[in-house]
Amino acid sequence: MKKLFKHRLTWPVAALAALVVINTIARPQFLSLTVKENQLYGPLVTILRDSAPLMLVALGMTLVIATRGIDLSVGAVMAVSGAVSLTIIARSEAPGSFATVAIAVIVGILVALVLGVWNGFLVSVLGIQPIIATLVLMLAGRGVALLITGGAITTVVSPPYKWIAAGYIAYLPVAMFISIAAIVAVALFERRTALGVLTEAVGINPEASRLAGVRSRSIIWGAYIVSGVLAGVAGIIFAGRTMAADANAAGFMIELYAILAVVLGGTSLMGGKFSIAGTVIGVLIIQTLDSTILFLGVPSAQKPLFFAIVVVIVVLIQSTRVHDFGRSVGQRFARKEPTDIRIDEEVAA
Amino acid sequence: MTTTIDAPLTHTETRSWYQVFMSRHASLVPTFAAVAILMLLLAGAEAFLRGDFITPGTMSALLLDNGPLLVMAVGMTFVIVTGGIDLSVGSVMAFTGILLATMLSNGVSAAVAIPVILIGGALIGLLIGVLVQYFDVQPFIASLAGLFLARGLAFLVNLSSVRVENDAVLWLRTRWYVGDFYITPTGVIALLVVALGAFVMQFTRFGRTIYAIGGNVQSAHLMGLNVARTRLLVYVISGLCAGLAGLVLTAYSGAGYPRNGIGTELDVIAAVVIGGTLLTGGRGYVLGSMVGVFVYGTIKTIISFLGAEQSWMQIIVGGLLLLFIVVQRVIVARADRRE
Repeated sequence: MKKLFKHRLTWPVAALAALVVINTIARPQFLSLTVKENQLYGPLVTILRDSAPLMLVALGMTLVIATRGIDLSVGAVMAVSGAVSLTIIARSEAPGSFATVAIAVIVGILVALVLGVWNGFLVSVLGIQPIIATLVLMLAGRGVALLITGGAITTVVSPPYKWIAAGYIAYLPVAMFISIAAIVAVALFERRTALGVLTEAVGINPEASRLAGVRSRSIIWGAYIVSGVLAGVAGIIFAGRTMAADANAAGFMIELYAILAVVLGGTSLMGGKFSIAGTVIGVLIIQTLDSTILFLGVPSAQKPLFFAIVVVIVVLIQSTRVHDFGRSVGQRFARKEPTDIRIDEEVAA
Repeated sequence: MTTTIDAPLTHTETRSWYQVFMSRHASLVPTFAAVAILMLLLAGAEAFLRGDFITPGTMSALLLDNGPLLVMAVGMTFVIVTGGIDLSVGSVMAFTGILLATMLSNGVSAAVAIPVILIGGALIGLLIGVLVQYFDVQPFIASLAGLFLARGLAFLVNLSSVRVENDAVLWLRTRWYVGDFYITPTGVIALLVVALGAFVMQFTRFGRTIYAIGGNVQSAHLMGLNVARTRLLVYVISGLCAGLAGLVLTAYSGAGYPRNGIGTELDVIAAVVIGGTLLTGGRGYVLGSMVGVFVYGTIKTIISFLGAEQSWMQIIVGGLLLLFIVVQRVIVARADRRE
């Protein structure tokens, strides 16, 4: 029982379960699933489908945070990759052909990769603080995306591209498969090889791990590249959802939600130990909360208020001061009975 | 005895005045670089644009348009010098601005509404400070909570724009002319905040404690400085400044709008960094931040003069930020080597 309380995934899972229970009580159709034209529908499926961009970004963010860094540029990278791929399709002869879409997607992801390399270079080679190094691209990236789209919102019609964000395979949304594939890939590379342990070593003490022979520079650099690529894929999914490259709306504030998801999942911003399962649960909590707020009829503009409350509750639960307080209260209750007995014994003696 | 005193003296004589200055005031160099960049920008704009860039009108507008940014940059400098960060300022400005406009339109007098919004801003700062100081939450996450909270509250107060028709608040944007230059009370408020901030940082015990905490929290603690109170206070000051920025913006633009200041926190941080404040804490000047805001504002003005797209603004500010970080990085590395 004590072990269960100490496990770092206990609180995130409990929070997610609580949200699901509240939703199910408030609207019984929450758990319902219906099949229409070989496609599965239901609030749960919608949550899983819509969480794909945040999931990809948060996975990359987990690795970056594990190296004691932070990547504020993910939203801007999403905007750039979406803008690049949709502009390629819009300028091409055959926007509906599979080849055009494949080229557009690959180029979009390559551009995101280059941006990730840039971030990693600033942090790992030049040694600039991660917050400020990625702030550069966060500010400049949206400007670049606006230049690519020419300041307008580029809209295109391309069924294969739309399929990435809104299509279905075997009753389930494609976007969901992309996020599951990313989770599995990251988990395999980090946990089935030594990479995860080395990443944690770098995050706990970069200097010590470098002296121990870990190539901390390449590991840090790699984390930013992975974060860039995943943000690029997220940008393509996001652009495919509306089929419009909106340089201002794409990935807006997603860096903050991704960081929140990682922290909710129990990974400390101080770097070191990270939990991919925790991040996945963190993303699902955010997306479920989002859906709950929408269902409650709260104006979506007021959503941040709920997130503020959640952030405060979560950081308080994780705080050692609150733990100490809880423990001292617990001990006071636990001690009461033994002391009473001792007094009785003394009286008896 | 005399020989021991003479030895360092002869040593300094062999060094040039430049080296002496660099070793004693290494932390001032980024700020001088910012001043140089500002001069270059102004001179370049005057030379290459229509030749009427440096006019009393443009210069007055430069101060007044960036008044809210200036006020927030002062508070942000306090926080960043302690080694923290405050992401909430843009949202707090929007919240206090819309709260003020809504209260005034409901017939609350300005004498009540203005203190209420200032206290509101300070309370959000206090929340962030308590989370940072007493619950060991990282400043980034704690102020992120502040950002979400203030933005949500802004939309809770009002979902749409509210015009201000209160005479006392609209008085704040009356123009006082000195020759062709003009200034409004909002500009005076911004300059007063800068002066007060610079005074507190340089000449008070509280200011020196801020620098000590930014240099090394443990050392500051062991020196017997009141770390807890100071760290709490810098966030309250930043919240208060953001609240005041809400008043300045609402008075200057004549309306409150809950979507104001989205992303402004990054502009403020960028301006503070351009002004020579180190994000690692311990070094920085309020007057430097003022220069940083003017650099930012000048770029914005030049771009609107050129009629270029707004996207260039973001790219140039990003590039300039990068330039300054690399310059600071080199300076800090050299200063550390010297020590």
